[in-house]
Amino acid sequence: MKISAFHLMPHRELPADFEKRYPSVWVTPPWWELADPVRVGQYYNWTLDELLFAARAGFDGVCTNEHHQNAYGFMPSPNLMGSVLAKATNDLPVAIVQMGATLPTQNPPIRVAEEYAMLDCISGGRLVAGLPLGSPMDVNLCYGITPMEHRERYREAFALTMKAWQAREIFPWNGRYYQLANVNLWPRPIQQPHPPVWVPGSGSISTFDFAVENEVCYCFLSYSGARSAKGMMDGYWDVVTKKGRDANPYRAGFLQLVVVADTDARAEEQYARHVEYFYHKCLHVPAVWFSPPGNQDYRSLQATARNPMRYAVNTKELRYRDFVEKGYVIAGSPATVRQQLEEEVVKGLRVGNLMVLLQIGSMPHELTLQNMDLFAREVLPSLRGFWEDEGWVNHWWPEKLRKRAPEPAVVAAR
Amino acid sequence: MSSLNDTQARTLSVWQNRVRMRVLSKGAGPALVFFHGPWGLHWDPFLDTLSQHFTVHAPEHPGTTPGAPDDIYHLDGLWDLILCYDELLEQMGLEGAAFVGHSFGAMVACEVAAAYPRRASRLALIDPLGLWRDDAPVVNWMMLNPQELPGAIFRDPASAGARVMFAQAEDEEARVTAQVELTWAMGATGKFIWPIPDKGLKKRIHRVKAPTLLIWGAEDRLVPPVYADDFVRHIAGARVETVKEAGHAPHLEQPAAVAELVRNFLRP
Repeated sequence: MKISAFHLMPHRELPADFEKRYPSVWVTPPWWELADPVRVGQYYNWTLDELLFAARAGFDGVCTNEHHQNAYGFMPSPNLMGSVLAKATNDLPVAIVQMGATLPTQNPPIRVAEEYAMLDCISGGRLVAGLPLGSPMDVNLCYGITPMEHRERYREAFALTMKAWQAREIFPWNGRYYQLANVNLWPRPIQQPHPPVWVPGSGSISTFDFAVENEVCYCFLSYSGARSAKGMMDGYWDVVTKKGRDANPYRAGFLQLVVVADTDARAEEQYARHVEYFYHKCLHVPAVWFSPPGNQDYRSLQATARNPMRYAVNTKELRYRDFVEKGYVIAGSPATVRQQLEEEVVKGLRVGNLMVLLQIGSMPHELTLQNMDLFAREVLPSLRGFWEDEGWVNHWWPEKLRKRAPEPAVVAAR
Repeated sequence: MSSLNDTQARTLSVWQNRVRMRVLSKGAGPALVFFHGPWGLHWDPFLDTLSQHFTVHAPEHPGTTPGAPDDIYHLDGLWDLILCYDELLEQMGLEGAAFVGHSFGAMVACEVAAAYPRRASRLALIDPLGLWRDDAPVVNWMMLNPQELPGAIFRDPASAGARVMFAQAEDEEARVTAQVELTWAMGATGKFIWPIPDKGLKKRIHRVKAPTLLIWGAEDRLVPPVYADDFVRHIAGARVETVKEAGHAPHLEQPAAVAELVRNFLRP
């Protein structure tokens, strides 16, 4: 079982009436009213410090991600963040999990292959290469890619990236969207034939097929918890079986929001407003933006129109206790969190690569460190051994980090 | 209102047989090609009125023909689309037909007329897309929530004209199908204009030689009427007619008035 700390890098101090005053957290929030670059510099440094704290506390990986023109998570370049983390953790057995650089927004997309190779070299072969499709808000609205071409560009960029890492010879790429007469990557990744690849998704059936066919780890980046994800992840495992692959739990990654405190009551007292801030403000986006016309192919469009599950819940009407009761957030004492993570996420969804979001919305730096510390000391050690007795190999983790010394988390934290 | 039953439908294949385009035709008289907007082709009272004086041919943009949604993936950009229309008109044996277009369709009509000046004898453009002004940006209707869309397109979203585009079928299956077709039509046409509907027409528009009429809804909230000035400036001899009490689809909100304008222009 590998457990990584995920970080969005949100704006932590949006006004109380943000979601009433502004149409969305993406594309439209006015920088000059809501942000100050000096303060934002502080956010970036908090974020890096929090991820470095997680690395030292014994998490198996630290995760960054890419978003644009928004206050919900503003790392426009995850690789800048990953670069700092790779250098600063050279003495630690922690994976640099880039979840990751968005392929269709890079032109040419070998820019991602190059930068990931750099990160793999700097980290000494500790890179996990997330290759996301990117959200429609980022790719279509902010970066102007036509929704109908989004997936096609992604698939071509993915194939080009994989070839660029692996080809021994210089090769030409005469694609539909990208044309390069000479591809000859410098540098190449340490990990051969290429770093482990994770593909994040949000439940689209076409991504299940793509992940299984390309032998990558499918990561469901969910904000609605394991209970809501059960049907989707069962669907993923059905595809795995149908395509004749083994049931290796490391084929699946899952992101879960988690808050830990001494007791369940204390968790509510400390974290409730930050959880509500996240769902009410950070996810303040018009529904249609998640899928502008053309973003879904015709068959997916028909399926969604007949089964509009995705937008059924209006999270603005929910409060902390609802989020906890529905399992959106796993919250409470270490015992509560351990039990729920194990039952609902790890066993329930058959997940080998768990990611936990421990800095949530407006959560301040000190409270984030507390959440990470408690998780590392009281939750992580009991989960880490999961799946090991079954003998699965995590092909989707840097080879040099697959077997790590037992319990460095506890040592580091003490 | 006439139904599809009154029209003749035939499906033609272009682009090395990879793209199927259905053409609805009705009427008698000189040929008139109607290029529909981003919300799909609906045989409406406006087309019906025109068909009393012309042989109206209304092709469906690639990808919007029923049963052929994936054909759209064979086209890479606007240039491919214009070539498809040249092939289609060639197959139909139309050398110098009148072109009438609405919104996205008016932009396509203008592009075809600029690329192949002999294809269009006269050009009637209803609230066309194709140009961009930073001081009056075109609203991206693809980013609007579905319930906002009728109000953005129509002056009166409850009007009979709006119901042509946003018919609310009682049958659940028909309702879902209509929603899928509408969204897909926006996606398929959006492929050629996302995110800004300025794909270089301003560089080519001087090649339009056909006499041109601009028709604009006075209360167009999607493409402000000020764009009419730009079209007139670029096309020699073009003139503008503004339609009162109409938004972005004046031919649906004021079908009789717009049909009259078109008829008078095409038969001066």
